[in-house]
Amino acid sequence: MSTVSYALRDSATMLRRNLRRTLRYPAGPATTAGIPIIFFLLFVYVFGDTLGAGLAGVSGGRDEYLDYVTPGILLLAVAGAATGAAISVAMDMTEGIINRFRTMAIARVSVLTGHVVGSLIQTMIAIAVVIGIALLLGFGPTASPVEWIAVIGLLAMVTYAVIWLAVALGMVGKSVETASNLPMPLILLPFLGSGFVPTDTMPVGMRLFAQHQPFTPIMETLRGLLMGTAIGTDGALAVAWCIGIGLAGYLWAKRLFNRDPTP
Amino acid sequence: MSSRRQGDPIARQQSAITVTGLRKSFGDHLVLAGVDLDVAEGTIFALLGPNGAGKTTIVQILSTQIGADAGEVRVAGHDPVGDPDAVRAAIGVTGQFSAVDTLLTGEENLILMADLHHLGRADGRRRAAELLGRFDLTEAAQRPAATYSGGMRRRLDLAMTLVGTPRVIFLDEPTTGLDPRSRRTMWQIIRRLAAGGVTVFLTTQYLEEADQLADRVAVLDHGRLVAEGTSAELKRLVPGGHIRLQFADPNELDSAATALGESLRDDEALALQIPSDGSLQSLRAVLDRVDNEAIAVDGLSVHTPDLDDVFLALTGSGTTQEESAQ
Repeated sequence: MSTVSYALRDSATMLRRNLRRTLRYPAGPATTAGIPIIFFLLFVYVFGDTLGAGLAGVSGGRDEYLDYVTPGILLLAVAGAATGAAISVAMDMTEGIINRFRTMAIARVSVLTGHVVGSLIQTMIAIAVVIGIALLLGFGPTASPVEWIAVIGLLAMVTYAVIWLAVALGMVGKSVETASNLPMPLILLPFLGSGFVPTDTMPVGMRLFAQHQPFTPIMETLRGLLMGTAIGTDGALAVAWCIGIGLAGYLWAKRLFNRDPTP
Repeated sequence: MSSRRQGDPIARQQSAITVTGLRKSFGDHLVLAGVDLDVAEGTIFALLGPNGAGKTTIVQILSTQIGADAGEVRVAGHDPVGDPDAVRAAIGVTGQFSAVDTLLTGEENLILMADLHHLGRADGRRRAAELLGRFDLTEAAQRPAATYSGGMRRRLDLAMTLVGTPRVIFLDEPTTGLDPRSRRTMWQIIRRLAAGGVTVFLTTQYLEEADQLADRVAVLDHGRLVAEGTSAELKRLVPGGHIRLQFADPNELDSAATALGESLRDDEALALQIPSDGSLQSLRAVLDRVDNEAIAVDGLSVHTPDLDDVFLALTGSGTTQEESAQ
């Protein structure tokens, strides 16, 4: 068999291992999916009426805010998944089994791809749950089937990219505690962007950051696809950010994994 | 970076592992200061040394986990740096810290290994079942490894190492932290492996372990080999044998010291050590002299040299010099 098919086979083995671990101890992934849902309910039912009134739309109020905030919540789920992935990679690295993998004639990267694909599957399930709840609560997207496919594609892209970054973050710290803290800024990004309120309501310095950070074009593109708002250059920017973050995360993670383990 | 090395057949027949001039530093800290080793195929080789001597570093280099700064290494005929996958295909490693997936069951751990060795489904299951039986884990096969005792975890660890039928096995302190019974079980397993033609390279800080298991022992201290040979050869290096007499009264100790001449006295313990080869004659000679002088002896013990003496003498970490002074 060729090197590539061995790499695929080993990755599939590692993926099975990760999914099995997840199914056996589902508390972590449940929290990952639970937190965005709690924020969702909080923002729609506690702050929603007031925040919705501040939107530039016609009617304002809770229903309009529900439509507005859904993309932000989706990215909150993605950022939460990053924390989950970083923790599970860090936990794995502290276990002796990684050293065993290092001494076996297997495709090295499969250890990491197993984590990435496992987290990707988990996150897409969490995202489906969030969308399902949003629809139940009265979220009314105008997206056509093609636009829905684009929404799912973009969410998968950003999840994949962020998880590679999270895998690197999980390895760069020496402990599981560090790994659980490092992805924290990602959770703030939907808030410090256009996720919860429009960026032009923010003070100048904050607005500059909010308009140029990676999550904003991604959220704007999702909003555009779902609700029919203008996308403009945000679509291309969103894809570019995903490729950039994913590539940087992948290269960093690979390098960290291949370095000599500290004695 | 795969160099085409077929493994030269002559070296392979004789040596499973050869190491020459191996050096390694971590930053400013010199860990290995030029180590030479030669391990014959199908034998058990023990690398003995105190904590921090560099034992684990050697295992990590030989098992392709880290690189060396200098030196020539061949494991199963291959270069761990130039052709790591060829080495990895031939070796099995059981590290100092158990390398099992604690969230998976014993059986799942073994099947994971079988999958990574591309054994195929049926073969993998058969191999897992066979190893579970051989390592007395069949009953615990369906339980997560997290629930295993230390001894069971080590056995599972070693079983996982054996899934790919390696020709060379590295065991880094395989019995550290095990209770005496589990340690004996582990020893039996290791002996059986070597009897089956597998080369075993083990590190240990237990002298008894090296003595019990190894065909050859090397003593590592501060990154240097300070001795190498069979345990009998090493014991000959150190004149550690003596007869120890215990007294109840300092005066008796005084008279005995005068009567017996060449000896080492310990005033605090009221004891006297007389050099001896442990033979009956030497024991009789000492007793005769004590009898002649009518010295009251409280207790007597015969101490034959063991690897402890070798270890303490060679690694210079002993605070009490057990050998007799002239």
